[in-house]
Formats: sequence, C-alpha cells, structure tokens
Amino acid sequence: MTQNTPAKDPTAEATNRRALRSQARGEQGRLLALSLPAFLLVGTLVLVPMGWLFWLSVYGSDGFTLENYTRLLHPAYKETLITTFELAFLVTGLCILLGYPLSYVASQLSPRWASLVMLCVLFPFWTSLLVRTYAWLVLLQRRGVINTWLMDMGLIDTPLKLVHNFTGTTIGMVHIMLPFLVLPLYASMKTIDFDLMKAASNLGASPTRAFWEIYLPLTLPGLGAGVILVFVLSLGFYVTPALLGGGRVMMWAMQIERSMAVYGDWGAASALGVVLLVMTLGILWLLGRLTGAFAGAGGR
Amino acid sequence: MNDASSDSGPAFAGPGDASAASAQDHSLPISVKSLVKSYGPFRALDDVSIDIRSGEFMTLLGPSGSGKTTLLMVLAGFVRPDSGSVTFGDKEILLLPPHKRDIGMVFQNYALFPHMTVAENLAYPLKLRRVGKVEIRERVERALDLVQLGGLGHRGIEELSGGQRQRVALARAIIFEPRILLMDEPLSALDKNLREQMQFEVRRLHEQLGITTVYVTHDQREALTMSDRIAVINDGRIQQVDGPRALYEKPETYFVANFIGETFSLPVEVAGDSVTLFGQPIETGAPLAHGDKNQSLILRPEILQMFEGEPDPGMNRLSGKVRQHVFQGDSIVTYVTVEGERELAVRRQHRSDETELAPGSDIQLGWLIQDTVILPKGDGAS
Repeated sequence: MTQNTPAKDPTAEATNRRALRSQARGEQGRLLALSLPAFLLVGTLVLVPMGWLFWLSVYGSDGFTLENYTRLLHPAYKETLITTFELAFLVTGLCILLGYPLSYVASQLSPRWASLVMLCVLFPFWTSLLVRTYAWLVLLQRRGVINTWLMDMGLIDTPLKLVHNFTGTTIGMVHIMLPFLVLPLYASMKTIDFDLMKAASNLGASPTRAFWEIYLPLTLPGLGAGVILVFVLSLGFYVTPALLGGGRVMMWAMQIERSMAVYGDWGAASALGVVLLVMTLGILWLLGRLTGAFAGAGGR
Repeated sequence: MNDASSDSGPAFAGPGDASAASAQDHSLPISVKSLVKSYGPFRALDDVSIDIRSGEFMTLLGPSGSGKTTLLMVLAGFVRPDSGSVTFGDKEILLLPPHKRDIGMVFQNYALFPHMTVAENLAYPLKLRRVGKVEIRERVERALDLVQLGGLGHRGIEELSGGQRQRVALARAIIFEPRILLMDEPLSALDKNLREQMQFEVRRLHEQLGITTVYVTHDQREALTMSDRIAVINDGRIQQVDGPRALYEKPETYFVANFIGETFSLPVEVAGDSVTLFGQPIETGAPLAHGDKNQSLILRPEILQMFEGEPDPGMNRLSGKVRQHVFQGDSIVTYVTVEGERELAVRRQHRSDETELAPGSDIQLGWLIQDTVILPKGDGAS
C-alpha cells in the first residue's frame, strides 16, 4: 500500500514557496495595471467635474459664499421641486403599472415571441430622444392624430388638452422611461423557477395569494432596480418636459438650464446641480434601505 | 401475474408486505380512467387507466418522454388532459384547480421558496389553511424532527445542502397531512450514496404515515427497491402494473423485459406449445401468452449458469464459447458467444476459490425452466 506514496520530504513545505508567492503578486499587479485606465477615466470625467461644480456653487467673485444656496429658498424653486418630485413619482408609478404586466407576459412567452416583445420595448432606444418627443407632439397636439380621431368618431366635441401641460409631459416621459423599468424586471422574472408557483398552488395558495406571497417578493430586486433607474432619471429629466410641457411644467433641470442660458449664472446653476445630486443620492439611499429591508425580510 | 413470487425462492420480505393498514384512514385510493392527453400529433397519454390502492406506494417507471410525468402532472392539476377521469376516493377531481386538490407534492428541483426560511417554507401550507400560530410552530418542529432536520428551521434555503433541501421539500409536502403524496423524480439530483439513503428514508416515512404515494422515476433500481407496485409506462401507455418481483421475473411485454434489468434476447420459433431455439427444443414453465411464430427468449445474466459438462436436469440448455471475463468486484461477468455471433453475459458471485475457464473453452449454459420467458417482439400490448 505505502510503497506507492513517496516518503514525506521534510523540506517539501518550503519548496517553491517564494516563487509561487511572487507569481501571485505579479498577477495582482497586472490586474491593477489593466484597471488603471478605467480608474483614471472615472476620476477625470466624474470626480473632477463634480468637485468643480461644487466649487463653483460656493465660490463667487467675492470669495466664499452661500448666496447661491440661500436663493434656492425662493418659493419659485420650491414649486419646481414639488413639480419635479410629483412628476417623478407619477411616471415611476405608471411605469410600474404598465411595465409589470408587460414584463410578466414577456417572461412567460416562448423565446422567439419574448425576443419580439423585447425588441418592441427596446426599439425606442435606437431612435433619438428628440425625435420621439416630437412624435408625441404630433400625436397629442390640438389638431394632432389622437384628437382628430376622437373627434371624427364623435367621442368628443372639442379637442382635449393633451400636450403643453402636465398630462403631455407624463405621457411622453412614461414612454421614454418604460424600457428602464422593463429590462431589469424582465431579467429578474426570467430567473424565477415557475415550479415555485406550482408548488405554492399545490400547497393550497389561490393564484392571487401565490402572486402576492411568492411571485412579487421574488421580483422585488428587479423591480427595485427598475424603480430606482426610472425615478432618478425622471428627477433630472430635461428634454421631454421642456418640449411637451410647453413651458408650463417647470422641472429642476430646466431651472438649471435657465440659470445658465438666460442669466449666465454659473454659480446658481451649480448650486441647483448640487442640490439635485444630493437629493438623488438621498433617495437612492432610502430606496436601497427599503428594498434591502424587503429582500432581507425573508432571507436572500 | 403474482404467481412468480409464490413459487420461486424464499418468501419475499420486501417493503411491499409492510404497508400499514392502520394509517389507511389518512389516505385515499386513486382511480384513473381512460386518460388521454395529446400535444399536437404526439400522444403523451394514450388511454391510460390505473387503480392505485389506498396507502400504496406506486411508482410510475418509464424512459423520458414516456408520459409518466404527464400523468403525475394531471394528478396534481398542472396539466389539463383532453379526456378521462381521475377520482380520489369517490370524488372526481379532474375539474378542481390545483390549489383545491389538497395533495402533497415533491418537485424534482424541490421548488422551495428562496425568500423564506426553512420554517417559513414549512409553515406556508399551514398558514394557507388558517392553522393557529402556536400549532404551526409545533407542527413545523415535529415535521423537522420527522425528516431529521431538527433545529434548522431558521436556516435560509441557500444554506442547505442538496440532501437537506430534499428533506425540507418532503416535510413541506406532508406537513398539512394530505391524503395523497406525489413525487416527481425527487432524488435524481442527489449523488449515489445520498440517493440510496433518501430512498430508505422516503420508504420509512411512507410506512410511518401510510399515505397513498405516487412516485415518478426513470431509475429502475429505485423503482424496484421502493415500490409496492410499479406501473411501467412507455409511449403514453401503461405496459404492466405489478409488484417489483413479478415485474422482474415475469415481464408481460418485450419492452418491460428490456427496460427492467439487464436483458439479452434470442430469437425462438413457436409452434403451438413447442418452442425451438437454434433448432433445439426448449421447455417453458407455463403456457405461452402469445401465439406468434417468431418470438424472443429473454435471458438475464444472473439466471444463466455455466457448466463444463451437462447442465442439471430441469434446465434448458444452450452451448457456447467463453469469450472474456470481466471482474466487477462483487461479481464476475463472463461473455459467452453462442451460435457463432450472438453474445450473452453470465454473472456469478465472486469467489476466490473458483478458477476461470480459459477464453475459447466450450461450455454449456443452463437456466431453470421456470425462468424461461418468451415474448413477441414489438409492442406486446394485445
């Protein structure tokens, strides 16, 4: 039995140890070198401009000042803030209502049909945001396609006010934001083993209970990711509200643009930017806590 | 059908004899009649009828695509058949949705809820049945003890090993005291040792609870070890329903003979009651079931014996040449060529005092007349 195994060499433990260790160090060094460009890029393109933004907001021609921030207490800004959050909440809510069933259907289809549906969801991504927004303008305006149809069918007498207001902005933004919700949600739904639903049903859960108690909790990570994306993007949205809002829907991002383009006040614009950034981070942290709490409630 | 077990060898003391009558009030008989399910031109279930007794451990055995899982899914309510009838006790259940059937089920991949702990998984069916909190806690603990997972209730599903998940799935399927338990290849994901251990435990649980159990597997050894009776299914039809021993010793169709155990077949000619094998008459223990002229003689490695001289009286015989011995540890398999080209295998116990015949030696093969099985090729479902 034993003659096949070599006798234990007392020096064996030290053999090659140094060479192996330096090999491991060399590997780490190479990995670090490979990721260096990315660190540099992030550093110069994200951290430096953000630092500069912050600097501009607190350092005017007379030196250090908080004037740019105290000005934000003006009621006009408060109103903008409320509008921005209202719109972001509404758009996120509507995206959930539309996107959840859509993602579910897509996740249940055969691979071929599912890719067709996802293609339709993704298609708007490949056209310019501006083109899509103008397309909504054509559809929604007073003499636009929708109003003409409704009037021709005799459903309404006078054209509906669908655009240049809150309604139009909401419609346009939901359309643009929907893919951001559907993609992560669809991905998380695809990973759910459908046998879990069968098991729930077999154990006595009605379809409604199985949905609320098994399916929904399992989609929460994907839903959370989608909600965060949509909400954060909506908070800083500019193009669509500017065009479809017709000047009546004042978003935070539009205030920033106005400060720069109309008043040339970089300090005020920077302060607005910093406030938006801080608010967004705060919301992210809060949502992270909330979904983390959801996910943590039942294990992983 | 069952005559084989009574006249050959010592009385079989397998698990089949142990099914407890005491627990039968907890279980229901299942009656399936004329079940048909087609997917396009493919008939997954082709007029399937089977009666499963109360408290019985019935295994559905067949190759993949045979329809065994479809049949189980119809019982569970996840597949809607085209026509037929299924009754639990005297209640027709085919039109009931799955969540109203009140049957336990163990899924192939366990289907444990990953966002719940072990205890929460077990409590779920009880919560749905509005069982009180205190009683839930007691029953969860009892169920965990039953599957030997006591104290692991707080664990997450991800923290469990394959065997532990299997036990949780089993516990969840029986905790609400269903009167029928369905199992869909529950052990197929486990490694061999664990699988054998779990086979034993599933069997023990069945005896303890006396619950009518329908078990799907493609593993014939698992089926033979665990079942009271086995239904062999192929091409959407039930080939034979019998006890493990009867199924092995007296297969009724060519498919069953080939699917269960290691089988070699030789062509024989049948005329009335006389059978000839390579020109030599052979005897059969019982009248032939089929009258076809060309049939097959079914031989298994362990029923064959090798003789250097004449085989014992009371045996059918066949001459051949030793080709090769293969040592398998507990047994030695000898490959023997008969009639020049056909090959048979003979298995015997490994004994160190036995010498092996040199390859090329002429030998006689013998087997007991009562072990002679003759079946027509093709499907014997007549």
